[in-house]
Amino acid sequence: MEVSKLPISATQRGKLISAGYTSLSSICSASSSDISRGTQTAWDMLQEEQESLARITTSCADLDNILGGGIGCREVTEIGGVPGIGKTQLGIQLAVNVQIPVEFGGLGGKAIYIDTEGSFMVERALQIAEACVEDMLEYNRFLRNDCQVKTQPKDILENIFYFRICSYTEQSAVINYLDKFVSEHKDVKVVIIDSIAFHFRHGFVDLALRTRVLSGIALKLMNLAKKFSLAVVLLNQVTTKYTEGSFQLCLALGDSWSHCCTNRLILYWNSNERHAYIDKSPYLRSASASYSVTSRGIRNSTSRSKRIKMMI
Amino acid sequence: MKLLDVELSEVRSALALVSEIVCPPFQTALLLMEQRAATEHLGGHLPTRLKGLDAALCGGVPFGVVTELVGPAGTGKTQFCLKLSLLAALPAHYGGLDGGVIYIDVESTFTSRRMIEMGASSFPEIFHSKGMAQEMAGRILVLQPTSLSEFTESLEKIKVSLLQNQVKLLVIDSMAALVPGSLAEFSRIPIVVTNRVRPQSHDESCLYPFQVQKMDRILKDRTRYYSHIVAVPGFHWAHAVTIRLVLEAKSGQRFMKVEKSPTSPPLAFPFTITPSGLSLLTDDGTEMVVPETCNLSSR
Repeated sequence: MEVSKLPISATQRGKLISAGYTSLSSICSASSSDISRGTQTAWDMLQEEQESLARITTSCADLDNILGGGIGCREVTEIGGVPGIGKTQLGIQLAVNVQIPVEFGGLGGKAIYIDTEGSFMVERALQIAEACVEDMLEYNRFLRNDCQVKTQPKDILENIFYFRICSYTEQSAVINYLDKFVSEHKDVKVVIIDSIAFHFRHGFVDLALRTRVLSGIALKLMNLAKKFSLAVVLLNQVTTKYTEGSFQLCLALGDSWSHCCTNRLILYWNSNERHAYIDKSPYLRSASASYSVTSRGIRNSTSRSKRIKMMI
Repeated sequence: MKLLDVELSEVRSALALVSEIVCPPFQTALLLMEQRAATEHLGGHLPTRLKGLDAALCGGVPFGVVTELVGPAGTGKTQFCLKLSLLAALPAHYGGLDGGVIYIDVESTFTSRRMIEMGASSFPEIFHSKGMAQEMAGRILVLQPTSLSEFTESLEKIKVSLLQNQVKLLVIDSMAALVPGSLAEFSRIPIVVTNRVRPQSHDESCLYPFQVQKMDRILKDRTRYYSHIVAVPGFHWAHAVTIRLVLEAKSGQRFMKVEKSPTSPPLAFPFTITPSGLSLLTDDGTEMVVPETCNLSSR
C-alpha cells in the first residue's frame, strides 16, 4: 500500500515520503539500527572492548591490580592529588611505558605530553627511560627469551611529543589540533595533559564560560580516545570544598568537571606512604593501593604492612 | 554560524586551521634535551656550589621553572637568595651565569654589605681585584615594591628588562602575590621565590572525604608542627612550583630538605651559615620519609 493512501496526517505523510519510505512494506522492513544511525548494539560493543584489552602498565603491580591491568585505552582517566604526591612522575612513567614493545606486553606506541605547568624535566624522563630499558633486559634474561631489546633510552625520548602550553587559548588550540596530529602520527597511544586545571584556575572570571569550555574539551578528548583507540590521562590539582559543615579536599575545576571523565584516581598520603584510590569508575571496584616514587620511577612500595584495601 | 552566514563544514575547517596555527610547535623530548645541553649553561641549571644539593637537583637550580624556598623565620632563606644572586652575576669561567639579576625585595631584607662579605669570602681573587666588586654588585638590580599594585607593575617592567639587561636570575623575597609561571617559561631563567609558613591546622581541610572517617586517629598526634603544604597562599600556589626546598632549624641544627623535586628523592642536608653564605655539613643527604619533610618543627 502506498504511503500517500495511509490514514495519517499530511505532515507525517510528508515526512515519511521525504525520508524515502514510499510503501508500507518498506516501513515494516526498517530495523531499529537503520533508523537510528550511528548506534551499536551492546554485543558489538563487547566485541570491540575485548579487542582493545591492551592497557598501559604503571610499573607498580599493586596499582596495576586495582586498575585492572593499567590505564585503559578508549577512555579518559583523571588523576589528581596534592602537590608533590607524584602526578607528574606518574605521567612521565606512562609516557615511557606506552612505548614498551608488544613482545614485552606493552603497546609499542608513542606518547604526547602536553605540559601546562612546566613540570616536565627531561633529565627525569631520561632516568625513567633508562630504568625501563634495564627492566626489559632483566625480564629478557629471566625468561631467557629470544626477542631482542632493541630500544635505547634515547629512542624512548624521541617518541615523546612535547607541547608546552602557556595559556588557556593555547590549551584549547592544542586539543583541537590533536585530531589532525594523531591522524598524521598514527602510533600515538597515549595523550597526557599535565595539568588540565592550571590555566583554568586563575584569570577566568566567567565561571559559566569555564564550565562550557571544559565540557567542550572533555567531549573532544573523549572523541579522540574513541576514534584513535588511545588512552587520555588528565592530571588535576586539588582545592578545598565546604561540604557537610567543614572544609575537605577535593579535585579542582568543580562539580560539573567531575562528571566528564571515565575514571578518576586520587593520589593521597596515608601514614607516610603514597596511596592511590579509585574514586570513580564504571567498571573498576573502589579500592586503594600503595605505591612509591623511586629513582627508577613509580614502583611497588616496600612497606611490610601494605595490603590492598577494598572499600565498600 | 548564524552571524557569519557560512556553512558548518567551513566553520569546522576554519576552527581546525586556526587551532593548528595557535598551537605551539611540538618537540620530541630528545630534541629538548639536546637543545638544552647544547645552548644552555650546564643543560639549563644554575649550580648552587652546594655539592650535595646540586647532585640531587641534576646540576643546580633549573631554568624555566619556579623554585621555592620555604621555612620559618630566621632559617637562612634570604642568605641563600643573596648567595644565588652573587653566583648568577659571576663571570662564566668562575661558574656563574655572567648576567644580570633582578632581586625583588618585599620585606626590605636585602643588605649589600652582607653580599659583598659573602663575595669576598667565597671568591677572594675576584673581589679583591679593582672594580670587580662594583661590577658584580652593579649587575644586581634591587626592586623594593611597597604595595601590591607596585609589585604587579614592576612585574610588567621586568619583562622588558629581561630582554634589555641580559637578566639571568629572578629572585623574589618573599612571595606576596602570585607569579605567573609563564614568566619563567617565556624567559628560560631560574626563578627563586621564598615563602612563609603557618601552623598546621588539625582539621579536615587536609583530608579527602573518603579519609574523614579515620580522623580520630589522626587527631591524637597533636605535636605542634608547621606545615608548608597549606602555607601562604595555599594550594593553588603550591601547584605552580616545580622545586621546593624547605629550610628548618631543629634543636640548634639547620636542615635544608629537598621536599618537592621531579628529579630527586626527598633528601635532607644539614647546613650552617658562614661568612661566605651557606655551606653544607655533608654532601650526602639523608633520605627522609615524606611527609616528614612536610612537618617543620619550630626552634
